[in-house]
Amino acid sequence: MKELVFTPKALFDVHRHLISTYPHEGCGFFYGKIGERKEVLDVREVKNQNTENPERAFEISGIDYVKAERYALENNLDLLGVYHSHPDHPAVPSEHDLRYALPNFSYIIVSVIRGEIAATSSWTLNEENKFIQEQVFEYEEHEIKNH
Amino acid sequence: MARVIIPTPLRKFTNDQASFETNSSTVFEAIKAIAVAFPEIQKHLFDENDQIRNFIRIYLGDEDINVLDKEQTALSPNDELSIIPAIAGGKD
Repeated sequence: MKELVFTPKALFDVHRHLISTYPHEGCGFFYGKIGERKEVLDVREVKNQNTENPERAFEISGIDYVKAERYALENNLDLLGVYHSHPDHPAVPSEHDLRYALPNFSYIIVSVIRGEIAATSSWTLNEENKFIQEQVFEYEEHEIKNH
Repeated sequence: MARVIIPTPLRKFTNDQASFETNSSTVFEAIKAIAVAFPEIQKHLFDENDQIRNFIRIYLGDEDINVLDKEQTALSPNDELSIIPAIAGGKD
């Protein structure tokens, strides 16, 4: 398990996007470099394709995933994972999140309460296919409030 | 040769190789060739009946192979295939 370190702009972009989609869930990909820590350098928002229940679920289209991998290759970045919001709900993964989780990806979950950012957390699968939490920092080394 | 983009979460099974070049003539053969070259990826791509797993989708360029000839879609040199895992979730 590695720590996630955001540039201030990358974190700002994630938060701004997820405030804008409230009360629906918003989603996107984030990119960077993996060394001793996972450095988050760039984020790209994508459309939540879940039209039945967008307040409670998200889905990313196949073509948006194709473009995400292409973007990483073209920009010499690693595709680090997926972010999404939990509107008016804690920043902890659900059974639904676990069911679709992939190994080696990080999953950033942002709690947006009444339209404002309440918490940001990151999760990754361990060898037993269970979520473990990764610490999240901004470059200035301030740990982001998780709960 | 056609090129297959390996999705990032599965690259730990391909020695971090991001793409795979193949002379295979169909989509199914190309995906099978990856599993032959990297046996650890087999169970992530194929089910116990040796069919491509339900939650894996394949794109040829920008098109889902399900709107083409599915797994039997023919490949040409310079084609680019992408393996797409399902990405979804939410608070319940």
